[in-house]
Amino acid sequence: MTTASGDNAARALHLDLYRMMTRIRAFEEAALYESGRGNVYGPLHACIGQEAIPAGLAPLLRPTDYVTSTHRGHGHALAKGADPQGMMAELFGRADGICRGKGGSQHIADFSVGMLGANGIVGAGYGIAAGAALRIRQAGRDDVSVVFFGDGAMARGTLHEVANICVLWKLPVLFVCEHNGFAQWVPSSENLCTDAVAGLMAGYGMPSRQVDGTDALAMHGCAAGFIADMRAGGGPAFIDARANRFHGHNSMDAQAYRSRDDVSRLRAEADPLALFRAATAAAGVLAAADMDPLDAAAEAEMRAAAEAALAGPWPDPADAWEDILAPRKAHAHG
Amino acid sequence: MAEMREITFREAVNEALREEMRRDPRILILGEDILPGGGVFGVHGGLDEEFPGRLLQTPIAEAGFVGMGVGAALAGGPVICEVMFADFMTVCMDEIINQAAKFRYMSGGQASVPLIVRAPCGMGRGVGAQHTQSFEALFAHIPGLKVAIPGTPAAAKGLLKSALRGDDPVVFLEYKGLYAMRGPVSDDPELLAEFGRGSVERPGRDVTLVASGTMLHKGLEVAAELAADGVDIEVIDPRCAAPIDHELILASVERTTRLVVADESVLECSLASEIAATVAERGFYSLDAPVRRVASPRMPKPFSPKLEPASLPQKADIAAAIREVLA
Repeated sequence: MTTASGDNAARALHLDLYRMMTRIRAFEEAALYESGRGNVYGPLHACIGQEAIPAGLAPLLRPTDYVTSTHRGHGHALAKGADPQGMMAELFGRADGICRGKGGSQHIADFSVGMLGANGIVGAGYGIAAGAALRIRQAGRDDVSVVFFGDGAMARGTLHEVANICVLWKLPVLFVCEHNGFAQWVPSSENLCTDAVAGLMAGYGMPSRQVDGTDALAMHGCAAGFIADMRAGGGPAFIDARANRFHGHNSMDAQAYRSRDDVSRLRAEADPLALFRAATAAAGVLAAADMDPLDAAAEAEMRAAAEAALAGPWPDPADAWEDILAPRKAHAHG
Repeated sequence: MAEMREITFREAVNEALREEMRRDPRILILGEDILPGGGVFGVHGGLDEEFPGRLLQTPIAEAGFVGMGVGAALAGGPVICEVMFADFMTVCMDEIINQAAKFRYMSGGQASVPLIVRAPCGMGRGVGAQHTQSFEALFAHIPGLKVAIPGTPAAAKGLLKSALRGDDPVVFLEYKGLYAMRGPVSDDPELLAEFGRGSVERPGRDVTLVASGTMLHKGLEVAAELAADGVDIEVIDPRCAAPIDHELILASVERTTRLVVADESVLECSLASEIAATVAERGFYSLDAPVRRVASPRMPKPFSPKLEPASLPQKADIAAAIREVLA
């Protein structure tokens, strides 16, 4: 970028990418802290180490686009614009949670921003994202549908069924594999017959690329091209986003399957926030003085979200009976 | 003026689809082999011509296209997924049970899933154990689902139209043996049938016979035959397995004091069992005889024409149960 407006655009993009990464990190840190204090009911699947993937896509997505997510879904929800206080209250099982305390961490959803839900079933998001994409095309819209999933979910048969249909019907679905190397506790090498999953998906005839998923700029650049093609009428594409899961499968995982040294090395070498700070500083776009306030703001935002959520009301036990079926409508009946 | 005509069950389903697709341009139909001849059971006849682009013929991928039905319903508007045989719904159980049935609840009421999974079910001829099952009780067990098992063309049309105007996931099971059956159906496009409402198909004083699907028609024949012996049987089509119209059944049993329940599905944990249990709990003091259930024996459906009848309740079984509660 050589022009002043180009410099400004780059600076704005870098600020957006870093702000979202540090917000996701701060949300997860605050949630883990509250989990440790006993305030999060049930398991918590933190996405620390994978923040660059949703953050890279966030500036490309509109409220009318759709996202389907996984059990590790807080980052996707924030990237799509969900409210952190409502999310935090949901983790705490409160009445003012984003899902009124009915879903919890693994089912966080915000339909008002097109976030069609985290999902407790691995590999369930493919069909839902593709169905939303079908709706987009039937309505003549130029929106897109993004399905996030882990490399563990690539072992599911639903991927084949849906990828086949998406290519046949040219649906605007961006498949984003968050390739963190583990299917819960099992290394990818024991879960998938190949490491070259982009090659696998290219076999369906969809553009497929492996990207460094710890590099928010690389994620953004790759997804920008694919999404622009889809908005212009193109079909599905696949990103193999390589990143790492710094925490266990969830907050109850003792991680007997890997050593502390492995995790320390990942934190030292593959932290997407640290890598971004170094890269943007080296490129002369952002300096520490630009990013430190974003860290502080994110930490303050998520602490405030947690505190406000902790002050929120518990649901009335009778609320358990609501939202099972739609409220009855008046119809002419025979 | 609305008119009553005699049309087949197949035509009633087709009419419901046609009327509602005219009314709501968002309605989409996904399914396998649904275009040539209107599908394997022909219910989509003429729809592709009238609504081009809204019937989407899918690959053989029930988990894939029913999952897409969930997504398309979530993203706005009713979707029908035809699963060619109910038996194939086992391939998309996650999509129906964990996704469609749970989204409204898990999202705290944010989401609606107006997904109707239609599937022909029940006994065929020479198709063996994987094209003949009755799953109404299986799905009725799942909170968040409505389950229709219409026994007449009128019920099929009215309930399917209601499903398409509602906001809930519906498993819509059509007994294959009923498709060619004729019955009176209104041509009023605004006439719906309420979910969870059964229907008295024949009023009577002596015995209540609750009979679903194909058993409804066997039951009506038995009732006509026994009328000659002076036995007056009230025949009720429950129409839905979820919710069940317990009030209609309890009120009938209060008058007749005797109950027989007949299903085509396997006896254990069946709709018949649920109805019998509810009457035992809530209507015990109305009863003058133990409740009798008539349903399929606990065996896969066999292939041979000499074996098939043994796997299915016959009219004689219903008649015997009725005589037993009257004894």
